[in-house]
Amino acid sequence: MRDLLAAVHALRERLGEIPQADERRLQDLKTEILGRKAGALTKILGDLPKLQPADRRSVGAAANVLKRDFEAAFAARERDLARASRATVGLDPTMPGRPSWRGGLHLVTQVVAEICDIFRELGFTRAVGPEAETEWYNFGALNFPKDHPAIDVQDSFYLADGLLLRTHTSPVQVRTMEQYRPPIRVVSPGQCYRRDPFDPSHAPVFEQVEGLVVDEGVTFVDLKATLSAFARQFFGPHTATRFSPSYFPFTEPSADMQVSCSVCHGAGCPTCKQTGWMEILGSGMVHPAVLENCRIDPEHYSGFAFGMGPHRIAMVRHGIPDIRLFFEGDVRFLAQFSGEGAP
Amino acid sequence: MIVSRRWLEALLGRALDPQDLERRLGMLGAPVEGIVPLHQDLADVRVARVLEVKQHPNADRLTLCLVDVGGSGGAGPVEVVCGAPNVQAGKKYPYAAVGAVLPGGAKLERKKIRGVESNGMLCSAKELGLGEDHAGILELDTDAPPGTPFLDAYPIADHQIVIEVTANRPDLLCHKGVARELGASLGATIKLPELPVGRSDRRTVGPNYRPAVRRPDRGAVDGVEIRLEDAEGCPRYMAAVIRGVRVGPSPAWLAGRLGNIGQRSINNVVDATNYILFELNQPLHAFDLARLRGPAVVIRRARAGERIVTLDGVERTLTAEMTAICDAERPTIVAGVMGSAESEVTPATTDLVLECAYFQPTRIRRTRRALGLSSESSYRFERGIDLFGMPDALRRAIEAIVAVAGGEVREALDLWPQPIHEKTIFLRPERVAQLLGMTVERRDIEQLLSAIGFVVAPKDSRLAVQVPGWRPDVTHEVDLIEETARLKGYGAFPDELRPYRPGTVPDAPIERAKERVRQAIARGGFYEARTFPLGPADGPDAVEVLNPLSAEEAHLRTRLLPGLVRRVEHNWAGRNRDIRLFEVGTVFRRGTSGVAERTAVAGVLTGARRPPHWTEGAKVPDMDIWDLKHHFELAVRLAAPACHVQPAPGGALGWVAVKRGGGGDDVGGWAGALEADAPVWAAPLFGFEVRLEVVELAPALYRALPVTPPVERDVALVLPPDVTAEAVAGVLHRTSGTLLEALDVFDEYRGPGIPADHRSVAWHLSFRDPGRTLREGEVDKILAAAMRALEDELGVRRRAG
Repeated sequence: MRDLLAAVHALRERLGEIPQADERRLQDLKTEILGRKAGALTKILGDLPKLQPADRRSVGAAANVLKRDFEAAFAARERDLARASRATVGLDPTMPGRPSWRGGLHLVTQVVAEICDIFRELGFTRAVGPEAETEWYNFGALNFPKDHPAIDVQDSFYLADGLLLRTHTSPVQVRTMEQYRPPIRVVSPGQCYRRDPFDPSHAPVFEQVEGLVVDEGVTFVDLKATLSAFARQFFGPHTATRFSPSYFPFTEPSADMQVSCSVCHGAGCPTCKQTGWMEILGSGMVHPAVLENCRIDPEHYSGFAFGMGPHRIAMVRHGIPDIRLFFEGDVRFLAQFSGEGAP
Repeated sequence: MIVSRRWLEALLGRALDPQDLERRLGMLGAPVEGIVPLHQDLADVRVARVLEVKQHPNADRLTLCLVDVGGSGGAGPVEVVCGAPNVQAGKKYPYAAVGAVLPGGAKLERKKIRGVESNGMLCSAKELGLGEDHAGILELDTDAPPGTPFLDAYPIADHQIVIEVTANRPDLLCHKGVARELGASLGATIKLPELPVGRSDRRTVGPNYRPAVRRPDRGAVDGVEIRLEDAEGCPRYMAAVIRGVRVGPSPAWLAGRLGNIGQRSINNVVDATNYILFELNQPLHAFDLARLRGPAVVIRRARAGERIVTLDGVERTLTAEMTAICDAERPTIVAGVMGSAESEVTPATTDLVLECAYFQPTRIRRTRRALGLSSESSYRFERGIDLFGMPDALRRAIEAIVAVAGGEVREALDLWPQPIHEKTIFLRPERVAQLLGMTVERRDIEQLLSAIGFVVAPKDSRLAVQVPGWRPDVTHEVDLIEETARLKGYGAFPDELRPYRPGTVPDAPIERAKERVRQAIARGGFYEARTFPLGPADGPDAVEVLNPLSAEEAHLRTRLLPGLVRRVEHNWAGRNRDIRLFEVGTVFRRGTSGVAERTAVAGVLTGARRPPHWTEGAKVPDMDIWDLKHHFELAVRLAAPACHVQPAPGGALGWVAVKRGGGGDDVGGWAGALEADAPVWAAPLFGFEVRLEVVELAPALYRALPVTPPVERDVALVLPPDVTAEAVAGVLHRTSGTLLEALDVFDEYRGPGIPADHRSVAWHLSFRDPGRTLREGEVDKILAAAMRALEDELGVRRRAG
């Protein structure tokens, strides 16, 4: 009886061989253990009647449990082998998968959305205006002196009826202030036009995102803080900013904002022309004359405005050498920035 | 604006480091665009003294010089062959030893000249890149001992600093102005350098000069009558007569100063006026008194049609909008822009009129644009020069001319019909803090402003600030606040984020709509393009650009599709056959008042329906009109949900989107095949365009998912000609009511078994009652009724078999 019990225990050890067995070995194991004539376990079960009734019960129980365990293990392994054979017979898993056509948004659209999203977090909403503007909205209301060299850098395309294609989205500032009362916190994305011929760094048409804040007690400190917060969101948390004086007729004081180069982090590289800094946007405190033009009392309210060019920002951030690539509509170019890789 | 580091150093009386200069100017609002080192290539040249000059044994024109080149180790004098006629014993000259590298990069070799070996070379000005004079070697007037590096004895090594000057800062268009800013930053004062007096062989008569005589609008100066008739175009006009000048080449210091900022030396008189232009920002004009009829100078408006040949040799026609400087008969100068070739100072000139004027900026700007003629002078007048600095500028200009060209000045005249004073602006120190967000101490403000020439005096609780004439941009209190911030340094202000109130402006619905449409179309497998909105006229109501860059880009687009087709052609040119592009952008039409702008959505598609995959072989069917219809319907649902799609009127296969209940003529979209300049291997090209309507979409409401089973039927129907699938579907829906849950076409067949001109269309119908399980018999009854209605109304029967 002890021999039989020892044989049952010994047999249990062999359960561990089953999960590794291939198809042929599995058949051999099955015959060896559960074979109708010479199976090891079959023999044990066949010898049971020769035992004393008490021993027969204990050995019989152990042997029958083991038989069920073997049957379950064989069945499980057979299922695994069957599944594996269905999947791999003759198939090369390194062959390419089945693709579908992909699409995506233009890089400039993505950058504009990213900029607007960051400003949304800072409490801004979006405001828009027409692309064909009057000289008043584009220049006059923005305190551009008539017949002044300040207008030369914004050479305009003129249309009939005293209209022109806006040279910046700043007219939206004026339209917004006319329509709403402070507090105002808006960004205005949109297409602008300047009479520059196409070359690698100029396009007669370009996107701009302009921003405006007007409220009681808005200061130059708020300007610096808001735009620095934007820069850290857009270019990364370790981005440094610096502001230097500039000139825009519709802001005073005016400031250019530079950010530490996102490519070399200040060490100097071709992207930042070895300076460690990249000029990103123009800004300033809203000129009192502009507020007055919108019937807002500059003694009571103040504000700041800023403007940036998503094309230029995208070129800097993504290392794009020629602005004309944005307009060519080449699918190979567009697909590079779809976030999915190849088309 | 190009400035010279050495010129700035002369004004500030101290050495400057170019990199430090760049940083300071940038932080003051005059960013440096470039720094160009000059004459650094003379490092190998040294001062040498000629001890003895002998005749060259084998050449009449050459001499053999014994030269003390200094140097350590007691290397004695060397023998140098020299070809210059002016070499003299005892004098010093620049010397380059064998092995020295000269400007242009040439290395001096040891060589024999007519049989005698020359140990190096004595150099001319031209060989050193210091001028055109090649006739003789450059005589040095220096106490430096032989062997001294030339650049130590003559600190001509310089840097050109290229500064970006904004349109509001004319004061930075001269060295004094740039030095003034740097002086404030460095804590240094500026002083005009002494003008070197001319050589002994020139007549150097100092100016016997009294202050200019002030008159309203006419007067005489040394026999020349001056009349100011156009006080609007020329508020102030000063003139002096200088007699007995000797026009000739400029001395080295003057030519060098101008050369280092990229200005060609012309002659001593013109160079002297240019020197003052770049030193003080006062354009001056010297013209030949002998050519002046009268002699008179009349400042008046030009007469329409008057002609003048300007210095550049071009004949120009003037208009009455321009100011001209004339003699008794005709114009000699286009005021503030350019003088005539005839009145130009020439080597023959002995007496000249020196003009120092203020011209009205707008007048100069219009004149210069009308003539298409710009000059250093017009650039400055247009931005506004210092009205109050003119007497000093004229005096210094006279000094400069007399110093380099000799001559005598008896008097000067100052015509100023309506004299004005410097303006005074009041500044409230608390307003500075209000706007800048940080308190700047009152004394601090006073110091900052005083450092760049503002005169500050306390006045009650405010500061009375007198604005110097060179700052025409400063007109309001806020300008002084900017000056305060600028001079304090923007970096001094903190950038802590302070609380703010939310704005009152709602987020623009059109921007939300564009975003939504863009994302949905991109998901459909299209790449977004942004095309150029200017092109040829597309339709009679295209908006014209009056000053286009080219005739092909003279109109704004009325549709997006033509631009997208050009982009497809660009992709074809890159051998790409599978192209799906879309754009969301503005289109323009001439409206009843001005320009009507709309936002449109358009897409183009061509090429394989899906990317090929090896499991299916290389051949994938091309996209066809049915792919187009799907994308069009999607675009209409997204962009113009108030429209429905129907077949386009007319012959060609296509669709239009028509406003529901709009009577059919309010077309909001179109789709069809497109013409293009296609290569032979290209697939057919299709496109659609839809007008984007801004609609606020109601949130989608949940519909209960069905729990009862559907009853499904397939029916093949034979449709006579002219019966549309839409008509059949209409009847099926009407007769089946709400129990017909889905109705889809799954096949179309023409051919044997079907009457000619007829077709068989197979539909899959799915019936369901959400409340209970439908019985087969009920559906059979509904279907039978539907078939009867189809036969009665449309002549459609069920296909036999």
